Amino acid sequence: MDVLDYQLLATVQQGLPIAARPYAAIAERLAISEQEVLERLANLKHQGLIKRWGVVVKHRQLGYRANAMIVMDVPDHQVADIGQQISQSSTVNLCYQRPRQGEAWPYNLYCMIHGKSRETVLEQWATLREACGLTNFAWEILFSRRCFKQRGALYRQPELAARHG
Amino acid sequence: MLSSLHKQLLNNYQQDFPLSPTPYLDIAEQLGVTEDEVLAAFQVLSEQQMISRIGPVIAPNKVGSSALVAMAVPEVELPRVAEQISRYSEVNHNYERENRFNLWFVLIANDERHLQAVIEDIEQQTGFNAMLLPMLADYYINLGFELNLND
Repeated sequence: MDVLDYQLLATVQQGLPIAARPYAAIAERLAISEQEVLERLANLKHQGLIKRWGVVVKHRQLGYRANAMIVMDVPDHQVADIGQQISQSSTVNLCYQRPRQGEAWPYNLYCMIHGKSRETVLEQWATLREACGLTNFAWEILFSRRCFKQRGALYRQPELAARHG
Repeated sequence: MLSSLHKQLLNNYQQDFPLSPTPYLDIAEQLGVTEDEVLAAFQVLSEQQMISRIGPVIAPNKVGSSALVAMAVPEVELPRVAEQISRYSEVNHNYERENRFNLWFVLIANDERHLQAVIEDIEQQTGFNAMLLPMLADYYINLGFELNLND
């Protein structure tokens, strides 16, 4: 990634304009050509830096008001297998391994379920637990309450990248 | 009530929104409607806050350094602490969750050092410890969110 890629990401993070030639509008802001915007975005996507390019929905607004993060304590040698298995489920949106934090927080596997109600999410979790053979592992389910802030990530250009291009 | 065009726009373009000079026209052709109808429908979805944007979802830790952070904050202090944390430009999602660790947010920094500096500053400003939970592996491949918009 070069300086221009960072500027491009920062610009498109604010959202693509809803207009006939949106990439041309982005190009104008960065004083580059529309073609270069398209090529750079395709390249960032190809490199996997952009995980997906498209519509970012607001779950809450669309009636998915129950948002649960589930944390599990699974054996380290099984975490990748279980993580991949859980990710196959259509009810799961995200699935990450994170480091345990001793006894205070012994969990190493996290997944997210967005549902229309608390009951639905609890049922989906029960089904998933059964299907993936998770019944013997410790877990907690953390429903969200208030949302204090939600927006797309803001990426700044690191000093190193600026210096070395 | 969402029209079938709205539903198609919400469900079909989370992953591969066209990267061409005229993406809305491309979508219109794919769905057999006019470009103006597609533009108007996206305008409605945006105004009604059903979409937050059309844009990139950036892979965690591929650009910069990020981590999920949890804090255990007494109920009465939560609004103050949450507000202090939301003020940081490095913080994006900031949620209250039902748990003894009741405040959860995502920090995105330029690099590891910047991340540590922000964490230390947050701990000092709020007076509470922060539990740093960086991602070690991402197992989720089926990208985008499949919406059931039929009920």
